[in-house]
Amino acid sequence: MQSVDKNIQWYQSRFEAFEQSLNGEKSTAVHTLRRDAIRRFTQNGFPTTRQEEWRFTNISPITKIEFQPILHYELHGITRDDIQKYILDGAVHAVFVNGMFSSELSDIGTLPQGVVVGSLAEALKKNPENVQQYIARLVKGEESAFTALNTAFVQDGGFISIPKDVIIDQPIQLLFIASDDDRPFIAQPRNLIVVGAKSQCKIVETYVGLDQNTYLTNTVTEIVLEENSHLEHDKLQIENMNSFHIGMTQLQMNTASHYLSNVISLGGSLVRNNITVVLDAEGSECTLNGLTLSTGTQVIDNHTAIDHAKPHCNSHELYKAILDGESKGVFNGKIFVRKDAQKTDAKQTNKTLLLSDGATINAKPQLEIFADDVKCTHGATIGQLDDEQLFYLRSRGIDLAAARDILTFAFAGDVINRITVEPLRQQAERMIHARLDFRQTGIIEE
Amino acid sequence: MSLLEVKNLHASVNGNEILHGINLKVDIGEVHAIMGPNGSGKSTLAGVLAGREAYIVTEGQVVYQGKNLLEMNPEERAREGLFLAFQYPVEIPGVNNSYFLKAALNAIRKHKGLEELDAIDFLSLLKQKTKLVEMNESFLNRPVNEGFSGGEKKRNEIFHMAVLEPKLSILDETDSGLDIDALKTVSEGVNKLRSKENATIIVTHYQRLLNYIVPDFVHVLVDGIIVKSGGKDLAIKLEELGYDWVREETLHAV
Repeated sequence: MQSVDKNIQWYQSRFEAFEQSLNGEKSTAVHTLRRDAIRRFTQNGFPTTRQEEWRFTNISPITKIEFQPILHYELHGITRDDIQKYILDGAVHAVFVNGMFSSELSDIGTLPQGVVVGSLAEALKKNPENVQQYIARLVKGEESAFTALNTAFVQDGGFISIPKDVIIDQPIQLLFIASDDDRPFIAQPRNLIVVGAKSQCKIVETYVGLDQNTYLTNTVTEIVLEENSHLEHDKLQIENMNSFHIGMTQLQMNTASHYLSNVISLGGSLVRNNITVVLDAEGSECTLNGLTLSTGTQVIDNHTAIDHAKPHCNSHELYKAILDGESKGVFNGKIFVRKDAQKTDAKQTNKTLLLSDGATINAKPQLEIFADDVKCTHGATIGQLDDEQLFYLRSRGIDLAAARDILTFAFAGDVINRITVEPLRQQAERMIHARLDFRQTGIIEE
Repeated sequence: MSLLEVKNLHASVNGNEILHGINLKVDIGEVHAIMGPNGSGKSTLAGVLAGREAYIVTEGQVVYQGKNLLEMNPEERAREGLFLAFQYPVEIPGVNNSYFLKAALNAIRKHKGLEELDAIDFLSLLKQKTKLVEMNESFLNRPVNEGFSGGEKKRNEIFHMAVLEPKLSILDETDSGLDIDALKTVSEGVNKLRSKENATIIVTHYQRLLNYIVPDFVHVLVDGIIVKSGGKDLAIKLEELGYDWVREETLHAV
């Protein structure tokens, strides 16, 4: 308990130092948000496994380290060559180093009129009212300590604003790079995405660690989808194996809007992804897919919450995990169907493949249904590779190792193939193949 | 030298001995039918030959092309030209039929010291072989056996056989679950693949299939032992008189 308190003091002192560096900015509305947030963080502290939401994921490795908040942008000598392989072919890309926008590394290209892709800090400067009407409004309700901490230090992150009636085919990538550093640091990008009425776009968040240093990425993404808009939102997380990653995505969906999320988690020693969707307008639809591939002692936790607040909304969910070594997976899928949310159609599927005896999964579907005219299904399976399938492949001449790879990859492909951003799909496929080959050869070739 | 020689083969599943001393010789160019009632050990024999791990050989020998078959793992057997058409072909979601066949064929070709086929040559080979079993080309891009009807699965097995060109094929109850039209197509496929360069073992309960694929030899397997061997007429006699006839005859002989 003492070390937790010490940790709170640490962030409190860092906040005071941050505040002193701000000078004139202290009177802004955003700073009021920060102050409120640090107060809530200090009051509540970090969660423990005694709290239901964190029962299976012990975050004490994070609370034991004094992570230095990143307050200023620094390039750390990173060049385009260093990050080239993470940039998606043909994508507009905004690049962030330790959570701060890097104009040197970004290439926004030419976008349709009125579309803004870039830095939240810049948007706050240029058009504070526009940002303030959205920021920190969505995440307030069921806020975790990590989200409060992010808000307390909010400065920069991705800002994407699409006006109404714009269809953008070109994928938009937000690439978050963690640099090497002597001291453990905490990068806290804060992303805001607003998609206007009848507009459509595809946004990819990529989280990469360039070295093997210890750091914490604590990221928050808030999304507003206006009427009849469509968003595909993909997240590829390939942080290094000594790092920590906590992510929160929170959505507000308006009438007949569509949201597709694909979350691919490959990296990080301790990872928690939260997605919270409120279907608060008729005819809206969300699809949440996820794939975890873990090894060693990784812990990867996916928490999703879908709140059907209005009638005639659909949600589909497919979360899969492939766990190897001594790694641990968590899936917690909440679905609420409120009393008024008649004609809800909700389907949740969770499948886990255990490749080793030491790997474990905690899977927890959680459906709470208060309406009576609804269709809600859920299913969770946990298993190993099927012996009969393995024998079938081998009996046709394919060796055991290759047969295992083929079946494991097929299991992953079920999620990967739902990504419609083709260069991302291919990249994820290559990385998964590299991981599976690594099991055979001990060599990673990306 | 025979292609396959099974000598005094005993095999158990879960500690129960199912095969009690099988002797069988198959030469190149021959088609052998192994007939027997349910539970006689037919599928066990097919499984032992293909290398199913659940079957434990407790006694005897199997020599295939001069080599000890029982020492090889399933993939080595396949690469040496042995093929098992499954009684219940397995569904493999997410694995495309043609991708699967390419991996299999190239593994076999590599073993033989041949170059891997490139995408174009492979596709033209596949198309040519689909015609042989009258299979719709759309099945190439579907996941292996997933959502296939019973007949389509069996046809896909023979299609795999056509592509992989095995030396020794074992057809395990290939006729079960097939209607008469599917039975004809599948049999015609097998007949087209039959040559002086290969051999086939047909495992079946019913004589029906043997009207279409005419065997050179028929063996009757009862209670884990081959009790009678003969020509194709033996199958017809069995169909008329039933397996009890062989059982009784065997008892008398003892």
